[in-house]
Amino acid sequence: MSTRTLVSPAALARPRGRAVYWTVFTAVVVLFAVAFLFPVYWMVTGAMKSPDEVAQTPPTLVPKHWHSSGYTDAWDLMQLPQHLWNTVVQAAGAWLFQLVFCTAAAYALSKLKPAFGKVILGGILATLMVPAQALVVPKYLTVADLPLIHTSLLNDPLAIWLPAVANAFNLYLLKRFFDQIPRDVLEAAEIDGAGRLRTLWSIVLPMSRPVLGVVSIFALVAVWQDFLWPLMVFSDTGKQPISVALVQLSQNIQLTVLIAAMVIASIPMVALFLVFQRHIIAGISAGSTKG
Amino acid sequence: MTKTAARPPAEAIAVHPVQAPPPAGGRGRRRLADQARAYGFLLGGLVCFALFSWYPAIRAVVIAFQKYTPGSSPEWVGTANFTRVLHDPEFTAAWRNTLTFTLLALVIGFAIPFLLALVLNELRHAKAFFRVVVYLPVMIPPVVSALLWKWFYDPGAGLANEALRFAHLPTSNWSNGADTALVSLVIVATWANMGGTVLIYLAALQSIPGELYEAAELDGASLLQRVRHVTIPQTRFVILMLMLLQIIATMQVFTEPFVITGGGPENATVTVLYLIYKYAFLYNDFGGACALSVMLLVLLGAFSALYLRLTRSGEDDA
Repeated sequence: MSTRTLVSPAALARPRGRAVYWTVFTAVVVLFAVAFLFPVYWMVTGAMKSPDEVAQTPPTLVPKHWHSSGYTDAWDLMQLPQHLWNTVVQAAGAWLFQLVFCTAAAYALSKLKPAFGKVILGGILATLMVPAQALVVPKYLTVADLPLIHTSLLNDPLAIWLPAVANAFNLYLLKRFFDQIPRDVLEAAEIDGAGRLRTLWSIVLPMSRPVLGVVSIFALVAVWQDFLWPLMVFSDTGKQPISVALVQLSQNIQLTVLIAAMVIASIPMVALFLVFQRHIIAGISAGSTKG
Repeated sequence: MTKTAARPPAEAIAVHPVQAPPPAGGRGRRRLADQARAYGFLLGGLVCFALFSWYPAIRAVVIAFQKYTPGSSPEWVGTANFTRVLHDPEFTAAWRNTLTFTLLALVIGFAIPFLLALVLNELRHAKAFFRVVVYLPVMIPPVVSALLWKWFYDPGAGLANEALRFAHLPTSNWSNGADTALVSLVIVATWANMGGTVLIYLAALQSIPGELYEAAELDGASLLQRVRHVTIPQTRFVILMLMLLQIIATMQVFTEPFVITGGGPENATVTVLYLIYKYAFLYNDFGGACALSVMLLVLLGAFSALYLRLTRSGEDDA
């Protein structure tokens, strides 16, 4: 793909144009390496320095002696397996709950014509206008004492899972996708004797793989990156996800150990990104220009 | 679109000549069963929205006018929460900091990604590399980004001052100085979040028809003139969208001040959301927290409404 951009191909082909191009290119590569890759390098190697070396000025670019004890200490002392497991449980549950309930609701709103469907959809879309963080306090109070049944979900992964379902953006994304599935396809299935659930499972879901992928990634990343909400609902240290645990433990732990824990906490999402980068980047680029 | 217009084939099959037309009562029951089934599918989502979106939104407004501590029965206090919160010296600091943060984020976190996207769009090599690398910080958990930069800003062994020394520039207090703390936090937020913005700008730049640049060049427009008269007008809509999104996002900033500065030094980085958190969990004053939440909600709700309106009208144009 080579469409015309700001600078014309002819200008680039001239010797002077080519010199400027390669200068700019090199500058951008260096800038990107310094700004985005170097901090990551600094973190990964910083954890392998000795505690004295990491605190010395001027800092060393490469560890004098490579220690892996930063990583093993972080794993053991900070109970990282426990906190990583908590995060995995919270993220996986939020993903599953969102997929099941948002898909079902979007399918109903798109294809089953419930009475007051438009009102319900309006109510759901209206929540897009409410900034999420402005509601954390009343949401916390609701979770701490659920109306009617009067139970508390604090320190329970359900406190992450259930509110995650109330995601108007994902639900709307799914509904919009389902709207595009022709009615004839669903009616053909109906004539063949498929019930609503069977139609959803065997016809709609297989056709919706792209949008389900996007929703899945959004759901996972959102839980993994969240901080304020889990900070509020998990006061029990043993239940905290890695983001909250890192901050709570950062006060009284050796710097190299903390840095190692930071690296470990970053690995899952960075790995997910590197594996699915094509899809993630395409999703961000496509979703935005269309609004 | 009416319901009947959308489904002629089904209707045609239902009144197939061989079949007797279903009795009216049967149809009504069928419709009722259809409704029940539709609501069965809706139920889970509906309950979650009711509990965790609609109810808290109403409750925020109600509690804002109550004296509320969990466990004891609430007591109506009129506008006392609002007046108390308004007279808190931290209130002014929090709003001033939040607005300054948003403004700085617009200046720093807005110009840089646009320029970066503009340059990246001209590069013909290693495009995939640039896209992946610029988005990498977005995938690092915000808490890790904050802790990482807290370490960079460290007055002793911090990398930030080391870089300044290397360039023979005077060192700074960064997040530890009352006058530099807020800017330091904006730098962290920009670094951590600009990947998405750059990618969106890149997509927008790629959709500009090349003929426009060609025509401008034939008319003798210089590089800067082409940016001003072609690129910016052509991406104006995306620029406006991202600006609104950024205002909405940065006004809810919490993680960076909480992790890096703890609101200090001298309240220089207390933000509105941080203050809400403090009222609820430090002072146990949920009435005050909700009064603050309602203020934030009204202000940001207006921006969100504007954003939604614009994206919807933009969709119609497309």
